[in-house]
Formats: sequence, C-alpha cells, structure tokens
Amino acid sequence: MNAPASPGKRAGPIILIAAIPLALAITFAWTAGWIGPRRLSGGDVADALEYNGGGAHPGYRRAHAKGLCLSGAFDANGAGTALTTASILKRGHYPVIGRFSVAGGNPLAGDGRNVFHSMALIMRAPDGQEWRTGMDHTPIFPVADPRSFVALQRASLPDPKTGKPDPVAMKAYLASHPETKAFQDHIAKAVLPDSFANATYYSINAFRFTDANGATRFVRWQMAPDAPLAGLDKAKLDSLPKDYLFDEMVSRTAKGPSRWHLQLVVANPGDVTDKATVAWTGPHRVIDAGTLTIDRVRPEEQGACRDLNFDPTILPSGIAPSDDPLLAARAKTYSTSFTRRAGEGPGPSAIGKDLHATEAAR
Amino acid sequence: MTRTHFSPVLRVIHWTMALLILAMLFIGVGMVSTTGPAYPELLLLHRPIGIAILVLALLRLAIRLATGAPPLPADLPRPQRLAAKGSHVLLYAAMIAMPLIGWGLLSAGGYPIVVTKTVVLPPILPHDLALYFVLRTLHTLVAIAFFALILLHLAAALMHGLIRRDGVLQSMTFGRPKPGDPVSSESSRIDEQ
Repeated sequence: MNAPASPGKRAGPIILIAAIPLALAITFAWTAGWIGPRRLSGGDVADALEYNGGGAHPGYRRAHAKGLCLSGAFDANGAGTALTTASILKRGHYPVIGRFSVAGGNPLAGDGRNVFHSMALIMRAPDGQEWRTGMDHTPIFPVADPRSFVALQRASLPDPKTGKPDPVAMKAYLASHPETKAFQDHIAKAVLPDSFANATYYSINAFRFTDANGATRFVRWQMAPDAPLAGLDKAKLDSLPKDYLFDEMVSRTAKGPSRWHLQLVVANPGDVTDKATVAWTGPHRVIDAGTLTIDRVRPEEQGACRDLNFDPTILPSGIAPSDDPLLAARAKTYSTSFTRRAGEGPGPSAIGKDLHATEAAR
Repeated sequence: MTRTHFSPVLRVIHWTMALLILAMLFIGVGMVSTTGPAYPELLLLHRPIGIAILVLALLRLAIRLATGAPPLPADLPRPQRLAAKGSHVLLYAAMIAMPLIGWGLLSAGGYPIVVTKTVVLPPILPHDLALYFVLRTLHTLVAIAFFALILLHLAAALMHGLIRRDGVLQSMTFGRPKPGDPVSSESSRIDEQ
C-alpha cells in the first residue's frame, strides 16, 4: 500500500479527487444563489426602489432619501422592565441620535406629498447595546411581505407627465393586494401631520419582548407626541414650500425641544403579529416607558445620522424580531442600500443645500 | 526518528476549524443572498462563529509555530513544495484576516458588534463609510478566494492520500498507522526542521 497507485488504478481516485471539490463548489454556488431557484435578494428590493424613483440617486438611501439628523435623549421611567430585560428601558437617561425623513428615493423631492413621515432612532445603553428603529406615521404598512413590496414599487412607477402611476398597472396590482387598497384608503382619510413634531410614529412591525422571568409577549410601540396633531391641507399640497416640513422642524427646534412618549402596546390574544398590514384594534395594555426629548436637528452633512443604517433588527437583548417577514427584508435591504451608497459617496442633503445657500447669501 | 504527524492538539483544531470555516463560508454567502427569514437567522450564527474562528486561528498559529510540521516527502517536486508552503501561509492569513475584516467592517459601518445576546465587542476601526465599503467588498472577495483555496487544499490532500500515498494526508489524521503504511516508512522523507 505504500507505493503510489499504479497508473492503471488511478481513474477511481482521480474521479474522487475531482468530484469532491466540484460537489462542494456546486453546493456553494447554490447556497449563494448563483445557481438554482431565483430568490429575492436585497439587491432586487433596492433595484425596485430605484426603479420607482426614476433611477438611482447615487450616494443616498434607496428609501426615505430626504432627511434631517436629530439628537436628544430618552429618559426611561423603568415601566418597560415589566415587559423586557432590555437595559435601555431601565430607569435612566440615554443618548439618542436619529433622523426625520419623508418617503421616496429622491433626496431633493418636495414635502407636499401624502407619503410616510418617518422617525428613525438609535438609542444607546452604557453596556453597548443599541435599539435601532425606523418608524412611520401610519399604524399600518401597505404590504405584508417583500415580494408584494417589489410588485408595488413596479406597479406604482409615477408617470413623469402626470406624477401618478399607470392606472392599468396599479389596478392589476391592487386586484391581488387588498391590503394595499386598505392602506391607500387609510392614508387618504388620515390626517397628514403638518410637523414632524406632532406626529405619532409607529414601529410598523411587531417585536418579541422577553421579561426577567423569561415570559415573551408581542409588542408594537409608538412614539406619541406632546404637541397636538394638526394636519396639512391635502388639497393644497402642490403649493406647499418644497422643504416645508424640514424647515418647520429646524425653526421649531431652535425655539425649544419636542417630546414624545414611548408607548409599548402589548398584543391581545388573536392579534396578528406577522403582518404589518393589519392594525391592532380595541383596548390594549399600553405601557408608557419614558420620554423622548429631541433638542437638536442638523443637516445630514453635519449631523451624526447620515452614515448609519437604521436597521430595525438591531435590538437590545430582551427585544427580538417577530416572524413578520418584512423585518428580515428590511434588515437585508437596508444593508444593501447602505453598502451601495457607501461605495458611491454621500451627496448634499436638501436642508444642507438650503443652509449653504443661506450662508453664501450672507 | 522523523516525525510523521502534526501535534495532536493542532490536528484537533484543524478538523474543528475545517468544519467551522466551511460552515461559515456557506452561512455567509447564503445569508447575503436573501431577504427571507434565513438572513437574520444566519446572521445570528455568523458573528459568534467568526469570533470563534479568530480565537482558534490565533491559538493554532501559536501552536503551529511552537510545534512545527512533519517534513514533506523527499521526492515531492520543488514546485509542489512551494505550492504547499505558500497555500498554507495563505490559509492562515485568510483564517485570521476574514474575522478581522468582518469586525472592521462593522466598526467602520457604525454598527454595534453584537456577538451574542450579551457580548458586545468594541469597534476596532473608526466610523468611516468609505472604509466600510472597502472592507465590505474585501470580505466577499477574500471569502471566495478562501473557499477556492480550501478546495485546492482538499484536492491536494486527496491527491496525497489516494494517488501518491505518501503520508501527507495521514499527517493530519488520527488513524493508527498499519504496518507498511507510508507514515511508517521514514526512509522516503527528509526532515526540514
């Protein structure tokens, strides 16, 4: 056995030596999605967002491209510890940075649109744990899963002439997506907040909160403003100054801080926890976990928010994602968008541009 | 007497790491391919395994430097000897570099480096988006090169074990040498230590 295999007996070993690495390579290619059934990647969702935005806007977030950095603090009152071991909900004062934004891929779009107004936050605990969240001003989302999200982006491509989607494509899409129709009906009727400061921001998805006894509950949260809600006149959105919402928040914050209460809403038995399209209705156990104070806003060029990814699955120990498929898709798509814009280099923000113009005029 | 095997600790670490690294490469390319639930599930595994690989690789390097390696067969042609040495250096480099690049890209991306529920590591690089992009790209490219290198390493090991039957494969395995097995025929080996 110690002599090399004779040439005549080498065929078997040679086949084996070729076959084992080849089999591994094929399995690897299949795992990577290079061969085999087509799966929905972060790139596919980012591409759909770029398509809907009339092409990529290099250097910017693929969704919610227009934004303003915020900073302040979260003062936890300790009540949240009834639901979770997350250190950030223990009584204390925690620094917060984040971002206000409006939906869409165009970083310089006007604010007079009936679209999501959003608040994204990173709350940091001294032990290094972070709670990142991206919230919208509607309690429900138009789609329940990433494939529907992509289909909606494709169907709702605005016609450059009318600014409206192709009615035929949209009708075909809505026929198989009653949840999107329900969302459209909701947002058509709902108040469109006239300030970032007076909107309630919702967690969109449900999350799993685990308390010190190991009990797990599903929770959706919302940031409820101290400022009373007032709406924009939806009939006059076209005449709204381009950066109205952002300018209003800049001047409002110069006068004083804005506050919100973090409300943790515990699911009732039977509440849908894996579909962001379904609202939780009726009375719920709600815990006021503390106060968010935002005392500073800055353009993205100067603030700390631009080069961060508000991935809603970056959560402190004691809070975990639910089975909502949107959460995994948001995490992956945000990551893809983050990497794309990192490679492109940042561009000026709408508010930063205004600031430079003001400074130049001085 | 010329040694025929790597140190037993090194052999244990080799096979443990072989499993971990292969699993890690599949987890990595699998998770980034999908927006499905596999993405967060695999990401939870990716970081602790990555740090485990880094710790094992550093430990292994120290043991390897301290205990050396059995000599290659004397009749192995020079180009093959160079390929063997060079590929082993590259394998060690990849084992150590991949977790560090991963740790570095999270640092440069401004992410918390959450290894397990309670273990959060400090950043090793400044928060810098351009640097993040370079490291994120490198993480993929080095992973693919690493996998290709592992396939070559595997093919070479099989070639030694099945065709040359020169004891090189057995130097990393645990089987008891049978009489007449190449691992006991020292005459054909030279000691390079």
